[in-house]
Amino acid sequence: MDGVHDMGGMDGFGKVEPEPNEPPFHARWEGRVLALQRSMGYAGAWHIDNSRAAQELLPPPVYLTASYYQRWALAMERNVIERGLAGPDELAAGHALRPGKPLKRKLTPEIIKEGLTRGSFYRQAQAPARFKPGDRVRTRNIHPPTHTRLPRYARGRVGTVELVHGCHAFPDAVATDRGDDPQWLYTVVFESRELWGADADPTLKVSIDAFEPYLDPA
Amino acid sequence: MAPHDHDHDHHHDHGHGSELSETQLRVRALETVLTEKGYVDPAALDLIIETYETKVGPHNGARVVAKAWSDPAFKRALLEDASAAVRTMGHESRVGDHLVAVENTPQLHNMIVCTLCSCYPWEVLGLPPVWYKSAPYRSRAVKDPRGVLADVGIKLSKDTQIRVWDSTAETRFIVLPMRPAGTDGWSEERLAQLVTRDSMIGTGLPKTPEEVA
Repeated sequence: MDGVHDMGGMDGFGKVEPEPNEPPFHARWEGRVLALQRSMGYAGAWHIDNSRAAQELLPPPVYLTASYYQRWALAMERNVIERGLAGPDELAAGHALRPGKPLKRKLTPEIIKEGLTRGSFYRQAQAPARFKPGDRVRTRNIHPPTHTRLPRYARGRVGTVELVHGCHAFPDAVATDRGDDPQWLYTVVFESRELWGADADPTLKVSIDAFEPYLDPA
Repeated sequence: MAPHDHDHDHHHDHGHGSELSETQLRVRALETVLTEKGYVDPAALDLIIETYETKVGPHNGARVVAKAWSDPAFKRALLEDASAAVRTMGHESRVGDHLVAVENTPQLHNMIVCTLCSCYPWEVLGLPPVWYKSAPYRSRAVKDPRGVLADVGIKLSKDTQIRVWDSTAETRFIVLPMRPAGTDGWSEERLAQLVTRDSMIGTGLPKTPEEVA
């Protein structure tokens, strides 16, 4: 969706301001949110793309002013309710009022190391890769109202395939509960002037990782 | 969880405040409900937090970089297949399948960003800092990286080529910075002290030998 989360190239957000000696969490509840998210992900309650999509659906003023872990918590509430894992009445009451639904598995202390190992996104290829390194491609000019990983600044642009990353679960499908729909994934690199016009920094190149359905031969 | 809660939480909530914010209450409710439903185990939540507070951090990536600086065969393996190369090092949080290392040279400077959300190589760098997840960096890194670098006090030669990697899929990137001069004969452990988190994102440079002397 064409939301405010798609920030590449926007002006007006000000300077980058690093925080010296930044702690991993700024408040105890932030750590709880991260741990809940990891546990629910391990349990198979939803996919990471469902989490991203739920954040993108936050009203723009909320997305822009909520803190990072507040966005995670709001997205988690939405996914919990939409997937019937708990009701709004239970979240409001602060207690379960009905039994839970069965989930695939549960993250427990004994298996914490396995539980935190990042899963693989490789999937069985359904067809040979359409592109190879060096191929010129044009990104499609798509504007789906649902989750996509093709950023606005890189739509309808000509670039060069640099890396082929294998065949991956396709976020656009996963986020809309259409299964993995495996697609080839490529790093596609663009000259800065192709993205930002004649005044762009000529020493700059920018790449995105693009799934095959985002690309046409150029 | 009104947005204005953030400043309050940020400055005052360190676990011993008397007044609970709306955010704290909502997160507590969420945790209680998910626990009572049987989906999550609070003891596992504690261990997850402990892992990210004490075990997984940029010291993992610094070891990778220092090894690449010391061992040409490892460096080749890292640039060929970073997931496989890093897996041989036995980190606390085992790396997944999709890590790519990109090498800085005198002619080329690499920077990593995620314009759409906050994708970051957790296994080797830990949790991303707030600025990495915030609008100023996400919006400008792909269009004005020299301006971003100026914000953090880094000035590259005007002839240096800049490559920005937008992490728009599950591939994760780590920058292999250039080994500082004056470090001939240094051990991997000593070299690792020069490797900063930001040098592996591309928004910083490694420390010089003088800075750690």
